[in-house]
Amino acid sequence: MSNQNLFELNQVAKRFTKGKETISIFQDLNMQIKDGDFLAIMGPSGSGKTTLLNLLGGVDQPTEGQITFDGQRIDNLSESQLAKWRANNIGFIFQFYNLMPMLNAARNVELPLLLTNLSRSERQKQVKIALELVGLSDRADHMPSEMSGGQQQRVAIARAVVSDPKFLLCDEPTGDLDRQTADEILQTLQLLNEKFGKTIVMVTHDPSAAKFAKQTVHLNKGEFVKAEELSA
Amino acid sequence: MSNLMSQSTAVIVMNIRSLPRRLWMSLAMVFASAVVVAILLAFLAMAKGFEATMQSAGSDDVAFFMRTGSAAELNSSASREQVNLIENAPGILKDEQGPLVSPELYVIVDGVKKSTQQEANIPLRGLSQRGVDMRNGFTLTAGRMFTPGTDELIVGAGILREFDGFDLGQEIRFGKYTWKVVGVFSTGGNVFESELWADAKVIQNLYNRGSSYQTVRARIGSSDDLTAINEYLESEPRLTHEVQTESAYFATQGKSLEYMAIFGWVISSIMALGALAGALNTMYTSVSDRSMEIATLRAIGFSSLSAFIGTMVEAMTLAVIGSLVGALAAFIFFDGMNASTLGGSFTQVVFSFQLTSELFIQGITLALIIGFVSGFFPAWRAARVPVIVAFQSAR
Repeated sequence: MSNQNLFELNQVAKRFTKGKETISIFQDLNMQIKDGDFLAIMGPSGSGKTTLLNLLGGVDQPTEGQITFDGQRIDNLSESQLAKWRANNIGFIFQFYNLMPMLNAARNVELPLLLTNLSRSERQKQVKIALELVGLSDRADHMPSEMSGGQQQRVAIARAVVSDPKFLLCDEPTGDLDRQTADEILQTLQLLNEKFGKTIVMVTHDPSAAKFAKQTVHLNKGEFVKAEELSA
Repeated sequence: MSNLMSQSTAVIVMNIRSLPRRLWMSLAMVFASAVVVAILLAFLAMAKGFEATMQSAGSDDVAFFMRTGSAAELNSSASREQVNLIENAPGILKDEQGPLVSPELYVIVDGVKKSTQQEANIPLRGLSQRGVDMRNGFTLTAGRMFTPGTDELIVGAGILREFDGFDLGQEIRFGKYTWKVVGVFSTGGNVFESELWADAKVIQNLYNRGSSYQTVRARIGSSDDLTAINEYLESEPRLTHEVQTESAYFATQGKSLEYMAIFGWVISSIMALGALAGALNTMYTSVSDRSMEIATLRAIGFSSLSAFIGTMVEAMTLAVIGSLVGALAAFIFFDGMNASTLGGSFTQVVFSFQLTSELFIQGITLALIIGFVSGFFPAWRAARVPVIVAFQSAR
């Protein structure tokens, strides 16, 4: 695990136009995320968390400024280049799991591998490893509707890591789970960070969840603030 | 490329497997496509059946003479003298009894249709054994041939099927005269089966035609002989007739129901517009229903093109299923169905609806057009679903 910056945001601005009105989400935002970090981002609704998540995940582009990932600028990539970049570098974990309801656990986990040149047997091998990692190897044939919320989120984690991306982006990963299950999921994320070196950014409203991260930053009105300023 | 293939295949499989979630809307699209195709095929089968009935009656080696300007047999006439002149035309084959020529009469009588119990026109053809011999595929399926010089007639299989009162042995009255049905004949399903045949000379007597006829058929070696016959007709001032092969005559007559095919296309095109509106709604609902899945796949790295292809394939699949259901329904309900309609001589032509592979292809093509258009715009939308939707999803 190096101490290099994996992500760098320099002077990033993001503005939306709504009718004649222009809404500014960020102005001159600077941020670094180190390789191997586990960062929790907290903040109230409308603070810009989701927009930041979209920018980091390459699903949105900044209005101004630069975003660099592992030394490569991603703010100027085309839609198809971004899709390839996401496939190679990012694992997404969503609040509501976003599993494909018509596919079983193994097929869901296999989806990112369809974007690679791996053979079917190689893909199945990778899927097996990923499901073992999240403790669901005995649920490979189960459909999402036959699994609990916690199990579904584990499948989603397996899907996020199956192609071995450097970076995991988690959007409220425990927002739909009870405390005990949430803690189990967060422990899995910790394991991925500490043992497998995944860099993780997690957006959460839950201070208990944020405690599992190595560091927590707070966003308010598009700016990073100290926790005390946020509560005030 | 293989990457796009595997992406698209995965999306297609997911779309098809998610169909039960949109069961009723999908079934509505299938049903709409099926109805459009079935109706189109019904009209086309009707036109095709009529055309086949007419065209299969004609022979290339039979020269058919009608008075110039006559659109159909009913309007034509030929005096005995003219028939004699035609017998001397070049190119007409002969046997030991003389030229192979059949002067014929064509009069209209009334029959009662079994389906409606309404009176309708039936042709009563007067001819001789020579004329009978010129009909390819003629077979007596019951009874015997009429005896020349008597009031006996034989009845075509189509007339027996569609009209009351023509059973073998039955007596039937046309105007002042009573006829006896002594035989039933088939000519392989063509238009001659929609006729009654009797001795030409008896009809001349009963219908006050003197010694005149209406049309003349003559056996020729091939259609090439028509050139010499035409020259003969032009050089002989007593002949006011034109000649064509019998097959050419019936091909023209067969086109008289072409408007049915055009009408079928117009009706089904209008219906297709309605089906298209429903199908568009179905497919937009499909994209909306799958927006979270589409966005999630795109977030993972699947291309927009795979979302486009997946939606197009879903639309085309539903339309093709609909077209197959429609084609099957058309086949079950219409193929071989008997009907009768007015032919060129204002008489009833009994024919069977005929569905051919060519017509099936036309029906499926129409459904594919519905599927393509109804899929294209929703597929375009699917390709543009913002990835951000994946982050906003809620169960």
